[in-house]
Amino acid sequence: MSEGAHLRHTEAGQPDASHTAILYLEDLNVSFDGFKAINNLTLYIDKGELRCIIGPNGAGKTTMMDIITGKTRPDSGQAWFGQTVDLLKLSEPEIANAGIGRKFQKPTVFESHSVAENLELAMHGNKSVWYSLRARLSGEQQALIDETLQTIGLTDHYHQAAGALSHGQKQWLEIGMLLVQKPYLLLVDEPVAGMTHQEMERTAELLTSLAGKHSVVVVEHDMDFVRSIAHQVTVLHQGSVLAEGTMDEVQNDQRVIEVYLGE
Amino acid sequence: MFITRILHNDRGGQIMLAVLAVVLVLVPVLNLLVPEGNFLHMPTYLVTLLGKYLTYALLAIAVDLVWGYLGILSLGHGAFFALGGYAMGMYLMRQIGDRGVYGNPNLPDFMVFLNWKEMPWFWQGFDMFWFAMLMVLLVPGVLAFVFGWLAFRSRVTGVYLSIITQALTYALLLAFFRNEMGFGGNNGLTDFKDILGFSLQSDNTRMTLFVLSGLALAGGYLLCRFIINSKLGRIVVAIRDAESRTRFVGYRVEHYKVWVFMVSAMLAGVAGALYVPQVGIINPGEFSPLNSIEIVIWVAIGGRATLYGAVIGAILVNYAKTVFTGLMPESWIFMLGALFVLVTLYLPQGLAGLVQNLKDSRWFHKRVQA
Ligand SMILES: Nc1ncnc2c1ncn2[C@@H]1O[C@H](COP(=O)(O)OP(=O)(O)OP(=O)(O)O)[C@@H](O)[C@H]1O
Ligand SMILES: [Mg+2]
Repeated sequence: MSEGAHLRHTEAGQPDASHTAILYLEDLNVSFDGFKAINNLTLYIDKGELRCIIGPNGAGKTTMMDIITGKTRPDSGQAWFGQTVDLLKLSEPEIANAGIGRKFQKPTVFESHSVAENLELAMHGNKSVWYSLRARLSGEQQALIDETLQTIGLTDHYHQAAGALSHGQKQWLEIGMLLVQKPYLLLVDEPVAGMTHQEMERTAELLTSLAGKHSVVVVEHDMDFVRSIAHQVTVLHQGSVLAEGTMDEVQNDQRVIEVYLGE
Repeated sequence: MFITRILHNDRGGQIMLAVLAVVLVLVPVLNLLVPEGNFLHMPTYLVTLLGKYLTYALLAIAVDLVWGYLGILSLGHGAFFALGGYAMGMYLMRQIGDRGVYGNPNLPDFMVFLNWKEMPWFWQGFDMFWFAMLMVLLVPGVLAFVFGWLAFRSRVTGVYLSIITQALTYALLLAFFRNEMGFGGNNGLTDFKDILGFSLQSDNTRMTLFVLSGLALAGGYLLCRFIINSKLGRIVVAIRDAESRTRFVGYRVEHYKVWVFMVSAMLAGVAGALYVPQVGIINPGEFSPLNSIEIVIWVAIGGRATLYGAVIGAILVNYAKTVFTGLMPESWIFMLGALFVLVTLYLPQGLAGLVQNLKDSRWFHKRVQA
């Protein structure tokens, strides 16, 4: 329903993050058939921050990202992007164009398109129908594609169909799609699943380099990886925040230990 | 040049259009220049039959655009075809003037028969050719827009969408059957005399319509290919393959779907408008749900998401239909069904895919021997 009514918001420009936080989630609740997946969740992400979110399976991490990106509507609560963008009133594409990019837990790329075309499609810019009909890659955009392919190590796969990539390469491609989208806020769901140790290190490097200019939220199960990048860690459990702090603080928190050991 | 750029990398399309060009030159020569009685002479009824196939081919391209590339299995495209046909039929009715059975200069025969005193408002303007041609595009386009906007915005997809497209054409079938609708009811519109003052019976008019059908097919093909080659085309395929992912990179999927659906509906409308003067009649039967299913079968047999496959499928299946309905009229529908099942099972990519496979394997053999 929100589709038509909020078209005006679409090219939102820079989110108004004049206050330190860029993402506000307050008192969110979601239930699926009576099961509370998100339970009074309140969470703030600062501008330029790199935040890791951990939590056991089914804690609601992916569902939280679904709410932020408009895939799932909460039963109650607030979700704001900066001071002015009410995420709960926008559709998925509007949220994407407002500057929130997402990498999915299960890597999803456009399988029948080439690697380069995947980046072309994800690239920031005018996304309207008539514009797309006449759009051609500018030199600048071509350069961005080449540069991104370099970053994600897929230069040699320029023309290859994305469906033919390995699991790890698809992860990289999806990260590349996120990069060319140039979002202010990146939501990264389990980026290193299926990656080798070396690739994990490169991902860690990449994500840390993005923080500062962008805000990055990373959901990850791999504790070594989290430790290597995290400043602030949030632990989700049964749909709400269980603990927040540095990795050491969180790991020594009695309740967190119980949740992880109690499994 | 523009056209070579569009057809770059489209071998099938190049061949198809080259064959079409030859046919468009050869048929007029054989029909108009070779004298009757010469064994090379092509009778006019054959020209018209070919012209009918060409309009079907254009219709098939329209369906392939939405089904093959956008992933929407429309089982209602016959409706857009029929609406384009009715718009043309209304113009042709007005062209009859006072030459009808009742000789009424102001009203078509069926309205006189119904005791109507004046022309209903929606018949106004159809005496003007340009207006009728505008309606050929607008009526299917607007219907596709309204239907698409409602269906796509509420995110109806898959089988459910196919079912409501069937419902759409069925509803129109029932509506157009009613005399009160004002489109000639059961009998539809027929007994046409001429178009822009040229007799529909003359060889020259028929030849012109045939050539126009071929040009429309070529134009429709190039337009679709241009769309597919553009970034819009890549977005459309992305929607087909991963609709929700496309939303998350910022595309308003509904807008794209509606746009492509409209373009496709208008192409179907043009096909219908060229079909009607060649077959000489349009009636509600064209809205039959079965017709729309047949179109999909042509595309499946030819090979979807290739465009030229749709052309091949439409022409071959309709040629077979002409032959077999002549021999055993009752059996055609079963044969078509069987053909569809066989193709689905053994040639999932249709004839176009078969050709591709043969080529690939030949290439493969050469490589192995080398
Ligand atoms: N669309 C849905 N319908 C029903 N239940 C759902 C739906 N989406 C999520 N859930 C349930 O909500 C709970 C939270 O799921 P979620 O995917 O957010 O967990 P997660 O923290 O991402 O887990 P994981 O670490 O396994 O990815 C799970 O119990 C899941 O089964
Ligand atoms: Mg998850």
